[in-house]
Amino acid sequence: MPKLTIDGQEIEVPAGSTVLQACEAAGREIPVFCFHPRLQIAGNCRMCLVEMEKSPKPIASCAMPAGDGMVIKTDTPQVHKARKGVLELLLINHPLDCPICDQGGECDLQDITLFYGPDSSRFAENKRPVADKYLGPLISTHMTRCIHCTRCIRFLDEIAGVEELGACDRGEHMEITTWIESALTSEMSGNIIDLCPVGALNSKPYEYRARTWELRKTESIDVMDAVGSNIRVDARGSEVMRILPRLHEDVNEEWISDKTRFAYDGLKKRRLDVPFVKKDGKLATSTWRAAFAAIRDELKDVPGNRIGFVIGDQVDCETMVLVKDLATALGSPNVDCRQDGTKLTAAARGAYLFNTTIAGIEQADACLLIGTNPRHEAPLVNARLRKRSRMGGFKVGRIGEPFDLTYPVTDLGAGGQTLRELSDGKHSFAEVLENASRPMLILGQGPLARADGAAILALAGEVAERFGMVGDDWNGFNVLHTAASRVGGLDLGLVPGEGGLDVAGMLQPGALDVLFLVGADEVEAKGLDGTFVVYMGTHGDRGVHGADVILPGAAFTEKHGTYVNTEGRPQRAKLAVFPPGEAKEDWKILRALSEVLGLTLPLNTMGDVRRRMAEIAPSLARIDEIEPAPFGGFGVAGDIGAEPFASPLRDFYLTNPIARASSVMQECSTLFVQGGSTGATGTHG
Amino acid sequence: MLQDKDRIFTNLYGDDGVDLAAARARGDWDGTAGFIQKGREWLVEQVKASGLRGRGGAGFPTGLKWSFMPKQANGPVYLVVNADESEPGTCKDREIMRHEPQKLIEGCLIAGAAMGCTAGYIYIRGEYVREAEALERALAEAYADGLLGKNAAGSGFDYELYLHRGAGAYICGEETGLIESLEGKKGQPRLKPPFPAMVGLYGRPSTVNNVETIAVVPTILRRGAEWFAAIGPERNSGTKLFCVSGHVNNPCNVEEAMGIPLRELIDKHCGGVRGGWDNLLAVIPGGSSVPMIPKSVCDDIKLDFDSLKNAGTGLGTAAVIVMDKSTDIVKAIARLSKFYMHESCGQCTPCREGTGWLWRMMTRMAEGRARPEEIDLLWDVTKEIEGHTICALGDAAAWPVQGLIRHFRPEIERRIEAYTASQRLAAE
Repeated sequence: MPKLTIDGQEIEVPAGSTVLQACEAAGREIPVFCFHPRLQIAGNCRMCLVEMEKSPKPIASCAMPAGDGMVIKTDTPQVHKARKGVLELLLINHPLDCPICDQGGECDLQDITLFYGPDSSRFAENKRPVADKYLGPLISTHMTRCIHCTRCIRFLDEIAGVEELGACDRGEHMEITTWIESALTSEMSGNIIDLCPVGALNSKPYEYRARTWELRKTESIDVMDAVGSNIRVDARGSEVMRILPRLHEDVNEEWISDKTRFAYDGLKKRRLDVPFVKKDGKLATSTWRAAFAAIRDELKDVPGNRIGFVIGDQVDCETMVLVKDLATALGSPNVDCRQDGTKLTAAARGAYLFNTTIAGIEQADACLLIGTNPRHEAPLVNARLRKRSRMGGFKVGRIGEPFDLTYPVTDLGAGGQTLRELSDGKHSFAEVLENASRPMLILGQGPLARADGAAILALAGEVAERFGMVGDDWNGFNVLHTAASRVGGLDLGLVPGEGGLDVAGMLQPGALDVLFLVGADEVEAKGLDGTFVVYMGTHGDRGVHGADVILPGAAFTEKHGTYVNTEGRPQRAKLAVFPPGEAKEDWKILRALSEVLGLTLPLNTMGDVRRRMAEIAPSLARIDEIEPAPFGGFGVAGDIGAEPFASPLRDFYLTNPIARASSVMQECSTLFVQGGSTGATGTHG
Repeated sequence: MLQDKDRIFTNLYGDDGVDLAAARARGDWDGTAGFIQKGREWLVEQVKASGLRGRGGAGFPTGLKWSFMPKQANGPVYLVVNADESEPGTCKDREIMRHEPQKLIEGCLIAGAAMGCTAGYIYIRGEYVREAEALERALAEAYADGLLGKNAAGSGFDYELYLHRGAGAYICGEETGLIESLEGKKGQPRLKPPFPAMVGLYGRPSTVNNVETIAVVPTILRRGAEWFAAIGPERNSGTKLFCVSGHVNNPCNVEEAMGIPLRELIDKHCGGVRGGWDNLLAVIPGGSSVPMIPKSVCDDIKLDFDSLKNAGTGLGTAAVIVMDKSTDIVKAIARLSKFYMHESCGQCTPCREGTGWLWRMMTRMAEGRARPEEIDLLWDVTKEIEGHTICALGDAAAWPVQGLIRHFRPEIERRIEAYTASQRLAAE
């Protein structure tokens, strides 16, 4: 523990700290541009210079390890002069276009100049212009504003794991570029917009749309995948203008995936904003009263077992509570939240959670991936795996399709046979797992959704047991979910009751008289002749195709809702804007419907709903706390088919109704997944 | 004046053969195995005792630098020889590699042994095509003769030596920039600490030495540290290659004793300043990076590290650039500013942004197209760069301009006045 003197104040900091950290611990603010606590130290902006006794030159505090007995001064004329000088040099070639710059108002250069900079320019030469670069459909560039801090380069190299940006040329001609013009292929590329301390890298969809100070900022939770990334929704009026990450060390650190960040334009397109009722074979706009009446008429004299509920991937827990109670009131055992047909059961919580937790990955020393592509199913889990991999001493083996996960992975085999060999200890990777002190496995939804999913789950449980993945202080058994609502649904027990039908059963022609699709867009309800389909949701997506009545609901940004992520961590999304048109919050729709049906549910306020939720699943009331789940109750042993394990995602950018409605995501899909070209070049805006 | 018997580089001008046999006849590779067998400590002690200071510019004591290398290293340790001789005015290492390559190779082996290195890398400037060829030939000869490789020179010490050609960037002569380039990356200096002796080439302990520093070591050992230490003033001992260029009658490379008076060097070896000593305007004594000294200082300055430092300049690489009164001194320095702008790696702010600004202002100053108060601005900018950068290139860009302002401010002011007057005249 080195002890330093900073401006006359003695302070002890943990070994391995830098002088910058020591200064911050001593309450001194040091201005920085290139330094970022999650990236490697570059030391190139020279803004953090401080004076050190016995050093003839000021030192870069971000790069200097704190040493015992150092005497640091942060408030001397020399330091002020150095800061002012560096700022003057940064500003000479920086355009004075703050009034039209998207970064205006949240710009490090602006802020730091205000506090430390010169008040006027002494630069009488011509400023240096730099050609803008094409980085794809998500990021727009204004390279003249670039101050060469290289944060973007370091982020892509270190965190995202794609070496796609670099610095070309030298001296004042140095430019940040992809060298050969191409879009950034990382699924986390949008984070470089946040990292950029100036307005050189901007969000292309958001560009010139709003000023930061006009935006209403709502702290919320993302539902594009099951990670539950913490986000901030910035809205103006009734419009979501952009989505930014929020810090949560245990979940997303300070990153979010591109889908989380850029799919928000899907919230404004293809929206269902009035109820629809089918008349003469055609859907026609209607009113809430008429829509409810149509449902009431249809439900008259239908026995409970002829009614079913399928719950979609982005449904909040509050709505699911209402679904559960409404189904009970209607006497229906046909309820299923496993839209993809995954063979997980609600009974064994330890068998459907990501028990290690995302932050826990950093403690693991070996990992087995079973039929999962975390890079697309949960980019931030993949980022954590990469982070762990970069620390060294972490072996990753994979059973399933090969895919570049940005860190070294050993491919063990394609499917069930390899898993069986591993559980028998016959595979070479068995030794790695055997020798690891904290091994983990991640089981994807692809294998679990197969007909033999329960057998695969059972075998994965055997593997976990055989290699000691579960102990008193370590649980290495993980199921990686792709749907934001799934864990919440299982926690609330939204699975078929006694004699009830599962999703596949409900979708059999003639199985039901009335089918409720609650935000369920990944199932095909078309051609269910004789079944009256009620769709409640947000978008005119797949779910509405066979619908007889459509009830317009609220998207995740338009309601208060609880979501449980793949770790079993309940988090609350908040209302940022109101639902469009006549759309309503989903739990209120169901509550109103219950009254029309004469089965009034006694849940009149959000408080009532949440109390009821805590009754069903007490853990959901403890926000941001993970209730550890016991190990056991794994699937049903059985034969496993020979087909290779595959990830359920075929297209990272188009996994849910919001993303599918987003033109930005469509463009990404065209460019990155379908291998097409948007025809854009560097000369296109 | 250095006597012929005390010269180390006896074939500096290539009058004699450059092959291994000729080198052996000059005394190279004599008793090398014996030196190595005396052990690391002894070798480092000898170099320390000789008072040898680095010949690449900074003048850091070589023995001390060698002693920083870890005594016990689990894994490879490297010697890196900086043959990226790019400092304007400097052409001493080139002659060594052309005509005395075996001295360098022998030095590499001894230095390697002194630091427990497993391999050495010579990083040669990309433009030195013929020199690289000469060195390749010499290396092949040395390997064929068992002087390198397993049991090098019969010393029982295993040592590999590689030649790596740069691609032509001044910044790759900075030791950590050189290491980056050698690793195949963009030549950008690293942050220090950690210093190369802890984390150097491929993340391993490494020492980077100049060609001349390494090449003199075998002779020091053969003739004794006391002999070397006895030449030149205290703490500035030994002989040194001086590269004299510019307005002298006979520009040349010459090996001389440290501390030789500048005037003696020019008069004895270079046939004097063009037009006589009184025609001298200024001298840049150590390559383009150091501030110039006007004639008044040149009259009795001695050429060694400390004397020049006290005169507000530096010995640098001992590349003496002589400028007589016909020189457009402002334009000359403007040209140097252009060089530093061109060679800045672009990594850190002050140098990337500042060198261009300096050059633009200097260009205007050379014409007189400026305002008198801009001279102070120019001074300010050099001070904003100096000492604030990752490597010394920022200082190197700032110092020549500072030297100019310090000694020739009236000349700049005269030009500005003349230009302003001519503009006024034109306007009328």
